[in-house]
Amino acid sequence: MLHTVNKSPFMNQSLESCLRFTQSGDAILLIEDGVYGAAAGTGKSALVEEALKNHQVYVLSADLKARALTNLIEGVKVTDYAGFVDLVEQNLVHAWL
Amino acid sequence: MSEKKKIMFTVRKPPHGTIYVYEGLEVKLIMAAYDADISVVFMDDGVLALKAGQNTKELGIKGFEATYGALVDYEISQVYADRQSMEERGMTEDDLLVIGEDEDTEEPIRPQVIDSSEIAAMMAEQHNILPF
Repeated sequence: MLHTVNKSPFMNQSLESCLRFTQSGDAILLIEDGVYGAAAGTGKSALVEEALKNHQVYVLSADLKARALTNLIEGVKVTDYAGFVDLVEQNLVHAWL
Repeated sequence: MSEKKKIMFTVRKPPHGTIYVYEGLEVKLIMAAYDADISVVFMDDGVLALKAGQNTKELGIKGFEATYGALVDYEISQVYADRQSMEERGMTEDDLLVIGEDEDTEEPIRPQVIDSSEIAAMMAEQHNILPF
């Protein structure tokens, strides 16, 4: 499964809820304001750091660049729109809107 | 004949602040007309939409508790609520609205309260998951 999260973890519980309902091996893709969850050294970094133990965590490059986010949690994979399409094609998707 | 499509609806928003929950219900009733295996899961603030006794008269809107009461009639009987989301919001099973009645006993049917791990396993079995 692929879970997409598009809300900032500082404003909204979507990332935390997503992580509570994932099964080991599910992939997580952070897009739009969701990409703030992949930033290193924040008050919410622990969420993705913990998730990386059981999941691949992807983050969309266009959203990172737009937000000048460069310092990412180690292990997070940066992907582009083509990679996004591949992930959606390969997985059942749930969007944590 | 191909296998029935498994379609899950997830509801994560509270009931009346936005149109999501209402629109989601409309879509469920439309989907019920097709030959699909439909389930509905309420989690996060979505569980608040399952509170019995909603009176929207003074809001000037119709409300949808009565429509939820017809879900079983629409053959949507797999309706679940996430236990932790309910506990965090001070809800118990006694707070839940009715989604239909048992054909034989006429006992009211309410959503089933289940754990996140059961929900996660059910999600993984779906063909499509539609979030509202």
